[in-house]
Amino acid sequence: MVIDFILLFFVVVCAVASVSMKDLLGSVMILGAYSLLMALLWTRYNSVDVAFTEAAVGAGITTVLLIAALSRTFRHEEDPEKPGQSIFPWLTRIARLIPLGVVMLTGAVLIYGTLDMPNFSDPAAPANLHVAPYYIEKSVPETGSINFVTAILASYRGYDTLGEVTVIFTAGICVLILLRRRFHG
Amino acid sequence: MAEHVIIKTVSRLMIPFIQLFSLYVIAHGELGPGGGFQGGVILGASFILYAMVFGLEEGRKRISRKASDFFSPTGLFIYAVIGIFCILGGGLYLEYDRLPLIGDEILASQLGIYGIEIGVGITVSAVMTTLFFEMARRDDD
Amino acid sequence: MIEIIAGKYNYWIYISLMMIGFYAMIAKGNLIKKIVGLNIFQTAVFLFYISMAVREGSTAPILLSRAHGALTPETATYTNPLPHVLILTAIVVGVSVTAVALALAIKIYRAYGTLDEYRIAKMEQEAE
Repeated sequence: MVIDFILLFFVVVCAVASVSMKDLLGSVMILGAYSLLMALLWTRYNSVDVAFTEAAVGAGITTVLLIAALSRTFRHEEDPEKPGQSIFPWLTRIARLIPLGVVMLTGAVLIYGTLDMPNFSDPAAPANLHVAPYYIEKSVPETGSINFVTAILASYRGYDTLGEVTVIFTAGICVLILLRRRFHG
Repeated sequence: MAEHVIIKTVSRLMIPFIQLFSLYVIAHGELGPGGGFQGGVILGASFILYAMVFGLEEGRKRISRKASDFFSPTGLFIYAVIGIFCILGGGLYLEYDRLPLIGDEILASQLGIYGIEIGVGITVSAVMTTLFFEMARRDDD
Repeated sequence: MIEIIAGKYNYWIYISLMMIGFYAMIAKGNLIKKIVGLNIFQTAVFLFYISMAVREGSTAPILLSRAHGALTPETATYTNPLPHVLILTAIVVGVSVTAVALALAIKIYRAYGTLDEYRIAKMEQEAE
């Protein structure tokens, strides 16, 4: 329980620090720490496959790709330029607060939406009562795999995994089209 | 460069074990946490580590451009072909119970899952390597 | 009132994380900062989704009977494995989107010399 609180606190601190730093390299490093803390939090929630993937992909590949992109571009965030002359000067001051207002409004609407949801870690939540018992009981007799997540991913939902591998392959092709030169010499 | 001795020595010792661990994670997808994606990403990360420590040209000598270009669609091809084998055995697409030449249905299902995890691992590792090498390459532009 | 807060404060923390990422995406001008905000937003949404699968007193969704003897699927409770599968796919799709977005950012930097979206928009306006 205490570990959950500490992890959540540090996750929020990492998110705020990553967004507000001007040095983009430091921002990317703190994003790597954020991904690793998320993986620890998911291990606390007993979702081991997802934590494994997030630790490998989020803390590994995303950080490395961001640093590689930073090495080709500019390392520091440029200062926002001064707004030009406008007819109503108070309008530019309000315009800087509009993103904050939109974010607060969206957050308030989402919090209002969670009042209808079942409580956290409720054993009688309807999300856990309909399809999940079928998968848990029938995985080993039908597919022979004792990891239920792999059984669902590879056997019951095999088409979706085929689509996912196609998405990864398409991302590789897109980056090749964008960044590779024609002449090799 | 004297200050990179520690990183180079440790990487040279650790990279074979990282690759062995990635193969273990791919192969034991049915028995524990892991599977194709996780193992593929770890295998790609081992190549990226080698390229980061020893330089991009040295890394490209180990994983040539042709190799990473060839293995990217190979895993996807293996995945799709296993589905077609299931049709040849008399079932639907990707219905592993009906793989031909294997008698037991549970064994056929386990072998089908094993095959597609290997395919997924190959594609993911090749694509991660390609992504890093294309983005970090510094040519004259 | 107090039991509403005690039961749901986790969801509110996850929503505040989502809003931090959302704010970074719309308020910051640098393109790489927007991509960082996108990653924060995505990971917070996955956390929200996984937290709906947690059950009290449950364990990881791997069968226990082989190693620990006499435990069948009915006696031990497992966490719901279905959200794990969906989030696994979503994480990998997220890294693909990040990779393509970074490649586009590199091309934009090569073409315009800057990564600030307001300066790029002004250059586009002056070029017309």
